Amino acid sequence: MPTQALFGQLLIGLINGAFYAMLSLGLSVIFGLLNIINFSHGAQYMMGAFVAYFCLQWAGLGYWWALLVAPLVVGTIGIVLERTMLKRLYHLDHLYGLLLTFGLALVIQGIFRNEFGSSGLPYGAPALLTGGYNLGFMFLPTYRAWVVLFSLAVCLATWYVIERTKLGSYLRAATENPTLVQAFGINVPRMITLTYGFGVGLAALAGVLAAPIYQVNPLMGADLIIVVFAVVVIGGLGSIMGSIVTGFGLGVVEGFTKVFYPEASNTVIFVIMALVLLVRPAGLFGRAS
Amino acid sequence: MPEPLLTVRGLNAWYGESHILHGVDFDVSPGEVVTLLGRNGAGKTTTLKAIMGIVRRRTGSVRFEAAELATLPSNAIARLGIAFCPEERGIFASLDVEENLLLPPVVKPGGLGVDAIFALFPNLRERRHSQGTKLSGGEQQMLAIGRILRTGARLLLLDEPTEGLAPVIVQQIGRTIERLKRDGFTILLVEQNFRFAATVADRHYIVEHGRVVDLIPNAALATSMDKLHEYLGV
Repeated sequence: MPTQALFGQLLIGLINGAFYAMLSLGLSVIFGLLNIINFSHGAQYMMGAFVAYFCLQWAGLGYWWALLVAPLVVGTIGIVLERTMLKRLYHLDHLYGLLLTFGLALVIQGIFRNEFGSSGLPYGAPALLTGGYNLGFMFLPTYRAWVVLFSLAVCLATWYVIERTKLGSYLRAATENPTLVQAFGINVPRMITLTYGFGVGLAALAGVLAAPIYQVNPLMGADLIIVVFAVVVIGGLGSIMGSIVTGFGLGVVEGFTKVFYPEASNTVIFVIMALVLLVRPAGLFGRAS
Repeated sequence: MPEPLLTVRGLNAWYGESHILHGVDFDVSPGEVVTLLGRNGAGKTTTLKAIMGIVRRRTGSVRFEAAELATLPSNAIARLGIAFCPEERGIFASLDVEENLLLPPVVKPGGLGVDAIFALFPNLRERRHSQGTKLSGGEQQMLAIGRILRTGARLLLLDEPTEGLAPVIVQQIGRTIERLKRDGFTILLVEQNFRFAATVADRHYIVEHGRVVDLIPNAALATSMDKLHEYLGV
């Protein structure tokens, strides 16, 4: 086994894992508080990449600006969506939220495909992050190292805010019992709106990170989101650290599968999902309710 | 008789389609401890939840100081200085004891400090880093009462604080209520256990089929036993 291939796949696994982690984190937080399975998460990730593309094409704003602008723009669109549509569904079965967000994802992806085709638009990495390092045993492209480290930092910061701060204690408490938290004087409906905006913004941020790697493509989120849902099922809802560990871990497992048994690389996550569901239906880190 | 702190008039409330309260009327004066007594399903808990705005579908009037509460959402009601301690205690499993204690925001000046709450319930200090729901039932009840004392609310709505607790804990909670009364808190207490209610309350309202049907001052409780037995079916 050439170590070159092994480390190459490890890196690809970490990159994929970074996207799994960031996206499943947002899905977990949204599901916890809103009770909505946000199937438009993949479309929102794609919109993040497109906002980065628009920033460059229309306003001349580069990658660093896009990292800030895309989450704000897509997060705001998410907030409007929550205020006008999602909030009507909270008292209904999960299925309604899933159907609405799935339908929205199809509409959004359809519009983008109509406007921009499905071949993908190029988006370059910023000058600062081009090139790479020769580590001796492998070549490490700077941009890919940046994606892994930056998304890890974003995930850990999110974990810190939710698990270790006052704001996070409101969020955790409202996930358990929103009625009581509101009766303590906290504006829970506003918190729900902002949480959705945050989760969606996180997806858009992942989209900007992905743009230089995968190009900007209207369907870039459609395939990814299916795997991300499997990651969420494996990790179990309700654990922030669980989402992060499972996301990166499964990315690496998938990468190594490409080295050792390439035929299974597209299915390994779903096989793991089936096994986890058999043994621990609530997921590896989930709390059985 | 001073001006009432809380005035409830013609309060109706619904859970979905079921009409639970059919015109509840009563008053609570500042510094009083008042109980709502009645059988299971009479509407006592719903009355507290309707005052607090947790039951959203309600009509009639709930006045607290100068404010009309019947149209406000629960977070706005809490901000006026009313705090609710639910029957199921509502301790959060994903928060430790200290986080549970610090969760309700301070809405008015004059609430108890954390040290004063720990002095009232020393068990909580020892267990402040435990997961909230790992506490015993009695400790959870202390935590549920303790955390609303921090907020500066002057009107406390306590829903069956003694339910399912050992006699020694019930006594401790009784002493706490007496202490809070001395400190000037106003307390509206829902109870099944009228023997406990008799040790702490000034007046008792009897709730039946979603209405207040009688008022018994605590001093008259001994002479009203027959009536009470009939109301409560005990």
